[in-house]
Amino acid sequence: MTRRGRLRLFLLAALVLAAGYAVACLDLPPFGGDRHPYGDRAVHAALARRTANAVASVNFDQRAMDTLGEETILFAAVLGAVVLLRRTAGEARTEPEPARVSAGVRRLGLALLPVALLVGLYVVAHGNVTPGGGFQGGVVVATALHLLYVAADYRALERIRPVSRYELGDAAGEFAYTMTGVCTALAGPAFLANVLPLGTFRALASAGTVVLLNAAVGMEVACGVVVLLATFLDQAVEIADAPGGPRSADGAPEEEPT
Amino acid sequence: MTDVLVAVALLLVAAAATAAVVNRDPARQAFVLSFLGLSLALLFTYVQAPDVALSQLAVGSALTPLMILLTVRKVTRGSAGGPARTAGPGRRPDRGTARDRRPRRGERR
Repeated sequence: MTRRGRLRLFLLAALVLAAGYAVACLDLPPFGGDRHPYGDRAVHAALARRTANAVASVNFDQRAMDTLGEETILFAAVLGAVVLLRRTAGEARTEPEPARVSAGVRRLGLALLPVALLVGLYVVAHGNVTPGGGFQGGVVVATALHLLYVAADYRALERIRPVSRYELGDAAGEFAYTMTGVCTALAGPAFLANVLPLGTFRALASAGTVVLLNAAVGMEVACGVVVLLATFLDQAVEIADAPGGPRSADGAPEEEPT
Repeated sequence: MTDVLVAVALLLVAAAATAAVVNRDPARQAFVLSFLGLSLALLFTYVQAPDVALSQLAVGSALTPLMILLTVRKVTRGSAGGPARTAGPGRRPDRGTARDRRPRRGERR
């Protein structure tokens, strides 16, 4: 397609989209009003189940099925990245060299690592009480571990990050979510119904199954993001085309140039 | 007061998003994207969606830029044998190949 043709197609599509968007916006309720029929009902249901964080109640109780879908999307995406970014026949794996890190960066990174890790675990653990939850905290935990890559080098990160265990953790999180659903279906009215004792409002152990599902998502997201970043880091740091281009027959490593 | 903050955050988002599109160097785009994530997190906080703001902060301003930077590094590093691969979108081929042919640390000639 020529440049002019592409531009025409874009302008036409943009015009249609703009018109549809404008029409849709006319029917929206005004910004920041005080009438929120869906919000009122969701908050009412959250309070009835003694869940202080109404968003967690929507995610892990009222719409727990949707979260299972989202969790599975992440699981499948990580799986796809692992399969796509594996070491292929024509590629060689080089040992990462020890990197020189300035003392200030090293100290700051090593000081921040436990803090960031603790914040992430806190956000996961308090998902049913305060903003945040398994997803947000899981990402924080996973990225916190990578401060070691910034503060030290890739070999140090690899030592605390056995990827196969995190792959297991990723699958275990997904499995735990589904199995909680199966157990609630066996014990109560429906798949992912909130059948556990609700506990005390605003306590750490409140909101019934929300705690379990939140923990399962936290585990899955933390491990999944670690695995995802590990595949990207492997590609960026360790894996390169075998010397002399892609070939696998004699992919034996040559002498390092000095 | 909140309306002013929302308006400021919206302007920041619009400016950062435009900058991310206008910028042609993927490494710089990653940093602009990180800033865009930060301004989106501010916007979500002001419209009382702290859960979404936390997600945005963790994914939009930490995870996505990191993955883009790693991808850029892989593309510039792994193309020593084939400069044709560097002529991706947003790269001037003359500059890209000249830089990519230079042997890097830990790379075999």
